[in-house]
Amino acid sequence: MPPFLTRRAAGLLTAAFLASSALTAPALAQTPPGVLVVGQIAEPQALDPHAVTAVNDFRILMNLYDGLVRYAPGTLEVEPALAEEWDISEDGTVYTFTLREGVTFHDGSALDAEAVVWNFDRMLDEDHPLHEATGPFPLSFFFSAIEEVEAMDDRTVRFTLNEPYAPFLSNLAYPTGLIVSPAAVEEHGEDFGRNPSGTGPFMFQEWRSNERVTVVRNPDYWDGPAQSEAVIFRPITDANTRTAEMLAGGIDIMVEVPPVALSQFQGAGFEIAEQAGPHVWFLILNAKEGPFADVRVRQAANYAINKEALVNDVLEGTATVAAGPIAPAFAWAYSEDLDPYPHDPDRARELLADAGAEGATVTFYVTEGGSGMLDPVPMGTAIQADLAAVGFDVRIETYEWNTFLGRVNPGLEGQADMAQMAWMTNDPDTLPFLTLRTDAFPDAGGFNSGYYSNPEVDELLEQARVATDQDERARLYKEMQEIVREDAPWVFVANWVQNAVTSDRVEDFALEPSFFLLLKDVVKN
Amino acid sequence: MGGYILKRLLSAIPVLLGITVIVFLIMAMIPGDPATAILGSYATPENVDRLNRHLGLDRPLWQQYFIWIGNLLQGDFGRSFALNRPVLDEILDRFGATLVLAGTAFMLCAIFGIVAGVVSAARQYGFADKAITAAVILGISVPSFFLGMMMILLFAVKLRWLPVSGMYSMFGGGDLPDLIRHLAMPAIALSLVATGVVARLSRAAMLEVLRQDFIRTARAKGVPERRVIWGHALRAAMVSIIPVLGLQAGFVLSGAVYIEIVFQWPGIGRMLVDAILKRDILLVQGGVVFVAACYVGFNIVVDVVQAWLDPRIKT
Repeated sequence: MPPFLTRRAAGLLTAAFLASSALTAPALAQTPPGVLVVGQIAEPQALDPHAVTAVNDFRILMNLYDGLVRYAPGTLEVEPALAEEWDISEDGTVYTFTLREGVTFHDGSALDAEAVVWNFDRMLDEDHPLHEATGPFPLSFFFSAIEEVEAMDDRTVRFTLNEPYAPFLSNLAYPTGLIVSPAAVEEHGEDFGRNPSGTGPFMFQEWRSNERVTVVRNPDYWDGPAQSEAVIFRPITDANTRTAEMLAGGIDIMVEVPPVALSQFQGAGFEIAEQAGPHVWFLILNAKEGPFADVRVRQAANYAINKEALVNDVLEGTATVAAGPIAPAFAWAYSEDLDPYPHDPDRARELLADAGAEGATVTFYVTEGGSGMLDPVPMGTAIQADLAAVGFDVRIETYEWNTFLGRVNPGLEGQADMAQMAWMTNDPDTLPFLTLRTDAFPDAGGFNSGYYSNPEVDELLEQARVATDQDERARLYKEMQEIVREDAPWVFVANWVQNAVTSDRVEDFALEPSFFLLLKDVVKN
Repeated sequence: MGGYILKRLLSAIPVLLGITVIVFLIMAMIPGDPATAILGSYATPENVDRLNRHLGLDRPLWQQYFIWIGNLLQGDFGRSFALNRPVLDEILDRFGATLVLAGTAFMLCAIFGIVAGVVSAARQYGFADKAITAAVILGISVPSFFLGMMMILLFAVKLRWLPVSGMYSMFGGGDLPDLIRHLAMPAIALSLVATGVVARLSRAAMLEVLRQDFIRTARAKGVPERRVIWGHALRAAMVSIIPVLGLQAGFVLSGAVYIEIVFQWPGIGRMLVDAILKRDILLVQGGVVFVAACYVGFNIVVDVVQAWLDPRIKT
């Protein structure tokens, strides 16, 4: 050893050498061509479409499975998928589907009428041998109108409903209506959720807990093979870390980009995709007691809150101003004539004076986060300030999401005057039907936590649910929206514009109004 | 010695039983139930009841507790409803990752903390002492998750030396160098505060020992200064440093929660946070009991090592 190299220096040099060789070994953070890496917001719960409820899981499921019908690209209108065509009986209670020929599940078993019947039996029939073992099926009530499902022949399935139910087709297009392989469920039992098999453009390959779910191209897909060889879904729960991964090139597609991070991706190398979806963010007002029992005070709140500022400043343009209880993404059912309440503090003060409610004290439930809640705490604070400016005395109470739901869902009576809420739905019927009818009061099992009641609205919603003609349904919904806007049971705040960022190596990517992530035609260079 | 170990092991039983009761009660008392968490917007009373029946949550609390503890004693931790797999499988999968991270961080804090403390004490008020003290105060004051994010921005996004997150690369990798590259930032971020604490307390312990008579004797006998410090003094100071290390092990384990979230490390801390938010009762209970058992076990080891170093402690 040369005299100038002491033992200590030699040790340091060795350590530095080891460290640098570990650091520089292969090229970092480059994803290969043909393989899409998607940054997801969480680990999926299961890959059994009937057993899950989260949009995050749906993003994977929609690429593994097909339903009888699906939403046409860029719309919320149904088109054929596994069913080539269907026929609805005059009275709207019998739906007969003809299945596509020659489709097989990834495990090789055939998609036939029996398989479809089996899917709905497992979900709905408590005596089905796998109902208990592979459940629970939290969203099975989407299909509670089904009385019977029968296989008429190999390719014909008949659904009989216990009453006409207009949202039935769009419920079939929802992930809860996706068709799984009966053979695979029977083989894997309670572990089917980790060994999924469907008919979709990608086939399941591997799920490594908390690292990735890998799916590979289905070469025999009935609608033409996918453009990418494989897709890897990586759960990255922390939004900052997800952003850093995207910037460093570790993922190709990032969903739900936090508003504050969007500016990082404005430059070259990235593309931002945006799409308004079937989402409404609103404030439930307690119409039963307290200041909001008076319609003028409810309207005053709608005038007082500066929704433009909320969507542009707090949400950095990741939402648009909502005008009523139906999201504009349901283009066919949305009333274009509906104008949002303008920001008019003077009008709000007048209404408050008329109602003698100046200085009214309002308890306001705010949540810390939650599905579709966007940025609830800053939004809550901004809303509090707007209401204070016209003379409300607003007290915020903040709760963690599940605690929050546990307080809001049973109804606001005796607790609060106002609460944040957001819904994402697959049919224009769902939200108003479950939250605005008299029969949907919490004690009747609904979500009308503000106790809004208007017999006219009840009647319109009941009619719309049983009408099978879409134009007729649209007319009823539009009429309902006008009335609800005037009655102001909520403060209508925002419709979420979902975003995603892709690297410039990704082509033909688009977000869907359904908020599903469809990757079949996406190219990765 | 055998009797002492047995005594310590027996005393762990009531501790663990107490933990099962506490974690069970906490999960039962926190507002919001699993059914509501699963159903989200669709949690009608009817749907909630249906799900609770399916999950066995409609039984009285005491029954639920005894069913759980009975299964636990047979090694059955139950099934996580949010992940759809056995709780124990998930815990074992995750615990390995946490052990790698927390273990590395613990070694870093033990080695660098003690070395820094000893060097400081040996050169009290010298340049090295002042530099180390300044660095230690900085290390203790910066929250680890913030440091983690800053490290990601610098080393992963700007310089691209290290991967942002995860434990292994998505493509290729999977070997030891790959693991080291992924481990470097989280382990350093996690170890920093603990290193500072260990350094400060080691310095104090060393200064205390260096004033004692046997050190003066050793020096008078002409033992080289290096051996006086690293041999005689350090061995004596270890008796007060080891309990600090035991505490830091707990600190590193709990600090791993933030670090695992920031670096998307597939460990048990992040698992527990996710499980709590989803009200995944069995996973939370199983995970907490498992971590608590490990911590209790580690503390027994620390006590035994200490008793071995200084037999007076056993009494």
